[in-house]
Amino acid sequence: MATPTLEKTGNAEAGFADTPYITATFRIRRFNPEVSDEAQWQDFQISIDPKERVLDALHKIKWELDGTLTFRRSCAHGICGSDAMRINGKNRLACKTLIKDINPEKPILVEAIKGLTVLKDLVVDMDPFFQAYRDVMPFLVTKGNEPTRERLQSPEDRERFDDTTKCILCAACTSSCPVFWNDGQYFGPAAIVNAHRFIFDSRDEGGEQRLEILNDRDGVWRCRTTFNCTDACPRGIEVTKAIQEVKRALITRRF
Amino acid sequence: MSAETSSSSAIGDVEGVSLFDVDHPAPVIEPPRKRTDKTPKGSRTNFEMYAWLFMRLSGIVLVVLVIGHLLIQLVLDGGVSKIGFAFVAGRWASPFWQVWDLAMLWLAMLHGANGLRTVINDYAERDNTRFWLKMLLYTATVFTVLLGTLVIFTFDPNIR
Ligand code: HEM
Ligand code: SF4
Ligand code: FES
Repeated sequence: MATPTLEKTGNAEAGFADTPYITATFRIRRFNPEVSDEAQWQDFQISIDPKERVLDALHKIKWELDGTLTFRRSCAHGICGSDAMRINGKNRLACKTLIKDINPEKPILVEAIKGLTVLKDLVVDMDPFFQAYRDVMPFLVTKGNEPTRERLQSPEDRERFDDTTKCILCAACTSSCPVFWNDGQYFGPAAIVNAHRFIFDSRDEGGEQRLEILNDRDGVWRCRTTFNCTDACPRGIEVTKAIQEVKRALITRRF
Repeated sequence: MSAETSSSSAIGDVEGVSLFDVDHPAPVIEPPRKRTDKTPKGSRTNFEMYAWLFMRLSGIVLVVLVIGHLLIQLVLDGGVSKIGFAFVAGRWASPFWQVWDLAMLWLAMLHGANGLRTVINDYAERDNTRFWLKMLLYTATVFTVLLGTLVIFTFDPNIR
């Protein structure tokens, strides 16, 4: 669905020797169950400033070339966690990945994150992911009467779990984990990160319950320390370390 | 700028007849063993923790046992060519090597069996497949461990 007007912009740019625009190829994994039962790669060539992001390229393709291209995004600024996708084989947020950083000389591969059902193009069914999240009780659990003022905490106690508060539930980590790819019953790194956030919170009293949940056969012991999750996390959370801290808490609790 | 629309049907707008449409969508590909709200809750035992610890602890001991074993059998004192009935009989005359080999047998078998249990848990999708593969694994493990133990303790150097 190339529009002739776009060619004109291209010519106008050619007039300037130092135009920032380059021609990049986006090779996108398309799937539409209303048309075919098979997924397929499709190439789109666009001219774009390499200082823009993969999300901008996807917008350009959707708005100017093919309106049927389907993907999720909300904030477009790395906060909401909707646009995790597999870009050149690595899980990233499209809105935080600059085109110049992923070698636009070659076709840029964009596909849905793995281990979850692809519903259309880059959109996956996130229900199993959020089920695992819900199963670790990601909320403050306390006993006794509610205090009349806020629950205070020392800066050191707050620091203890600071890293895992940064999670935006994008699923980049869980869908990069080979154990999760093969067995969706595994809680996965994101659920463990969010359990960690409460287990190590001095104000919370449900730690024991969460540890018990993660001690079971689909819990932390399935982790093989592959570090894919740490590599994938767009928030820079040390995911594997958090998992390891939960393992250690379980062991020291018993011995 | 142009979109390279390929001729085959996955993308849309096909002239020919498609098997699928809005009312008859194609089946989606579900991941193996998806988690739902019906996924059973935990067993509340520490088995997985002990299994995890055992892999690490037995691994450390196995480094010593296996490297020692390989050195004695394959490297020192003429290498493999020296191995024979007399060599084995000579070593098993000492309780030290009996205990060494017994520990190596048990640790390596349990370590390897638990490792394969992990592999089955990772790769076998259907509950039935998982169950029968594990039964096969446990049978083979028990058989090998018992047979090996029997041989180490009942070995008779004067057998004819
Ligand atoms: C020589 C010293 C050894 C060390 C230090 C060692 C250490 C380990 C460790 C730490 C694991 C767990 C890996 C994980 O959970 O990610 C493991 C897994 C495993 N080991 Fe060993 N091991 C040794 C020898 C052996 C032997 C002799 C066998 C075979 C009888 C064996 C078979 C396995 C298998 C099948 C696995 C599972 C593989 C997997 O989880 O993907 N290992 N080993
Ligand atoms: S830990 Fe990182 S990669 Fe995993 S869901 Fe949270 S933000 Fe995304
Ligand atoms: S669109 Fe919100 S995180 Fe990328």
